[in-house]
Amino acid sequence: MKRLVVTLLATAAFGLGAAFAQPSNVQCIAPADPGGGWDFTCRTIAPVLTDLGLIDGQVRTQNMAGAGGGVAFTHVVGQQGDNQDLIVAASTATTTRLAQGQFPDVTADDVRWIGAVGADFGVIGVAPDSEYDSLTELMDEWSADPGALTVVGGSAVGGWDHLKVLLAAQSAGVDDVEQIQYVSFSSGGQAILEVTGGRADVFTGDISEALPQIEAGNLKVVAVLSDERLSALPDVPTAQEQGIDAVGANWRGFYVPAGVSEERFQYWADALEQLEASDAFAEIREQNGLAPFARFGDDMEQFVLDQVDDIAELSARISQ
Amino acid sequence: MEAFAPLIAGFETALSFENLVFVFIGVLLGTLIGMLPGIGPINGIAILIPITFALDVNPTTMLILFAGIYYGSQYGNSISAILLNVPGTASSVATTLDGYEMAKRGRAGPALAMSAIASFIGGTLAIFGLVFLAPALAQFAIRFGPAEYFALIVFTFTTISALTGKNFVKGLIATAIGLVIASIGLDPGTGAPRFTFGQLPLYDGIDFVSATIGLFAVAEVFQLLEQSRVGGEVRTKIGRAMINARELAGSFWVMIRSAVSGFLIGTLPGAGATIAAFLAYSNEQRWVDKDRTFGQGDVRGVAAPESANNAAVSGAMIPLLTLGVPGSGTTAVMLAALLALNLNPGPLFIEQQPDLFWGLVASMYIGNVMLLVLNLPLVGLFIRVLLIPRWVLAPAVAVIGYVAVYSVNGSVFDLMVMTALGVLGYLLRKINVPIAPIILALVLGPMMETNLRRALAQAQGDPSVLVGSPITIVLWILVAASVVLPLLTRRSALEAVAPPARSRDDEDAPPLND
Repeated sequence: MKRLVVTLLATAAFGLGAAFAQPSNVQCIAPADPGGGWDFTCRTIAPVLTDLGLIDGQVRTQNMAGAGGGVAFTHVVGQQGDNQDLIVAASTATTTRLAQGQFPDVTADDVRWIGAVGADFGVIGVAPDSEYDSLTELMDEWSADPGALTVVGGSAVGGWDHLKVLLAAQSAGVDDVEQIQYVSFSSGGQAILEVTGGRADVFTGDISEALPQIEAGNLKVVAVLSDERLSALPDVPTAQEQGIDAVGANWRGFYVPAGVSEERFQYWADALEQLEASDAFAEIREQNGLAPFARFGDDMEQFVLDQVDDIAELSARISQ
Repeated sequence: MEAFAPLIAGFETALSFENLVFVFIGVLLGTLIGMLPGIGPINGIAILIPITFALDVNPTTMLILFAGIYYGSQYGNSISAILLNVPGTASSVATTLDGYEMAKRGRAGPALAMSAIASFIGGTLAIFGLVFLAPALAQFAIRFGPAEYFALIVFTFTTISALTGKNFVKGLIATAIGLVIASIGLDPGTGAPRFTFGQLPLYDGIDFVSATIGLFAVAEVFQLLEQSRVGGEVRTKIGRAMINARELAGSFWVMIRSAVSGFLIGTLPGAGATIAAFLAYSNEQRWVDKDRTFGQGDVRGVAAPESANNAAVSGAMIPLLTLGVPGSGTTAVMLAALLALNLNPGPLFIEQQPDLFWGLVASMYIGNVMLLVLNLPLVGLFIRVLLIPRWVLAPAVAVIGYVAVYSVNGSVFDLMVMTALGVLGYLLRKINVPIAPIILALVLGPMMETNLRRALAQAQGDPSVLVGSPITIVLWILVAASVVLPLLTRRSALEAVAPPARSRDDEDAPPLND
């Protein structure tokens, strides 16, 4: 009993002491409907901040769907500019849309990017009985005729799945990458059926959505777009091993309003770094097929701005 | 017989106390969610995902709960469709056509009872399909590419003539309005904004839920406002609560045929319960409606879509679990929940997770029995809703719709869209333009466009891909038959004014899609 009282007092004292520095009443905006990737980021990743004692109280998740994250982005920029206790889930989809000017009147500079804590890496695959066995063979085909092979994926034209292939083709030296034919489907799973069913040649997507079909033998993966081979597909070489310098990381992370204090920005960056290193998060990452991918604070901001520039440049080429 | 061994094991799973409790909660919530316009199974399940994660229920139980909500909502959505002319979800729009007409004629009881029985028949027949045909149908779904979907959707559009009765031109006008509304938002292929006028909330297009509540419920309120000034209100009789043997016998084969076609359509990812319900309705209209009573309160017009939409929902479990491809918004949310639990549905899923799959199938059987037992006795209670004066009821339904839509999306813009569509719906009613084709076009328009574009893009622009497979050719023949045959029969009916010339036997009717 005595020990319990002591523990309670100590907890209370710690809580009080920490309260001055720690964010409290934290709200996490998921810029999509419940059930999607951003919703997942808020509902399963953000609560680890509480468990690790990095914030006071629980994280409240608010879904603010619309315009592929644009509604939430403009809301944060316009109306929550100095909210110190707000984080917003983001991913490569957010930077892609920013780069393509799909959120009217705002840019990536209008918020602060506190960090990325994991990523879903890209894969490129073909039908199991396809004559192609490597990414290089696909690229050779495109070098000869960019319209030769039809690509399918789960994102819109100009979206991340489309861009990954083009980025790879660009580094492989294919000249007219904008002429590569891409057809969009509503999910990666549906796109794989097109390749399996013989109606399209090449699938581009993220490993997490493709894994069940790969395991069932419905898709032959010719390259993973990661720095190192992925634990889920140890036999598949990376694009870099095949001499094509392309990494396609669909990262998961957060941004905060631009008006946060410099201290608070640093605090968030450090908090995410501790979260990323924790065992609790490692388990979540493992469960969800995410691979390690860590960028925090100023590093993250530089990474995002570079990514936005790269995508903007490539998108301008596609839309010509 | 060996097909039953895993099913029996599934019943052992499903009959555990915890799973029985959750299937009951699921079907009860599903009925309520389906009944109340504006929430819908997608949001119902999405809201429950974090709760089930927090409660740490095991994945089988979670899936049993979610599936219960999904098919339960197909029972519930017909209740508001029949009593109030406000479909709870898109798949019950076809039910309003005859269901609401029956309610107006004092036959709400038989309509609701028929809807419950048809839902039960559709739901349980489809479970047999799940047991015996799941792997084979997954292969069938793989053969359905964009060209096949395009042909299927065109075929579904031919049902418009069934939805509009005599005013075919007005039906086409309604379809055109629906297509225009459907084109608002980001272009599905390229992401280019269309008719958004720089308004971010318009980027996602007009949500089906807001459209239904606006066009049906809000329009009803406006109409009441006008009537109360003019004065006089038609009191609805409530009549008997049960269906009689003759009505049931007359609908038996309607339910069976609709269950089969609904199930097959449900197994296609990307078709779903709405197409199944509309197609079943129009097929049966061509098949059995010799006295042209469909649309005027024919109980078979309730049986067909209700049997089909429930069968489709059970069928939708096949692409979800065996291909990992969700066929509807609701199954997409269920997929997200499974993925978050590290369960990756795919071709090996039934082998890898037999307890989960067979437990789910068995629970669906139990859940459908529960729904029948739950719904039939409640018919007597539900029809008492009609004793509430419409000037209380219609605004109450509209308010529920507004609150539901606002609480899910938190957007005032949606409410304004609903109001604007309410005005539109009111004006269209004044000039007798039917509403159902607008909803049909709103649901099918974007699907038709994307699939046509995908088919052409994959074929490098060669239009012959649209007739490039046996499935497409069969579908185009059905399209031709359903456009041409009514013209021929109408002509022969005109030529021979005398009744004896009526030689339309069942054999002459166009074949059902199968």
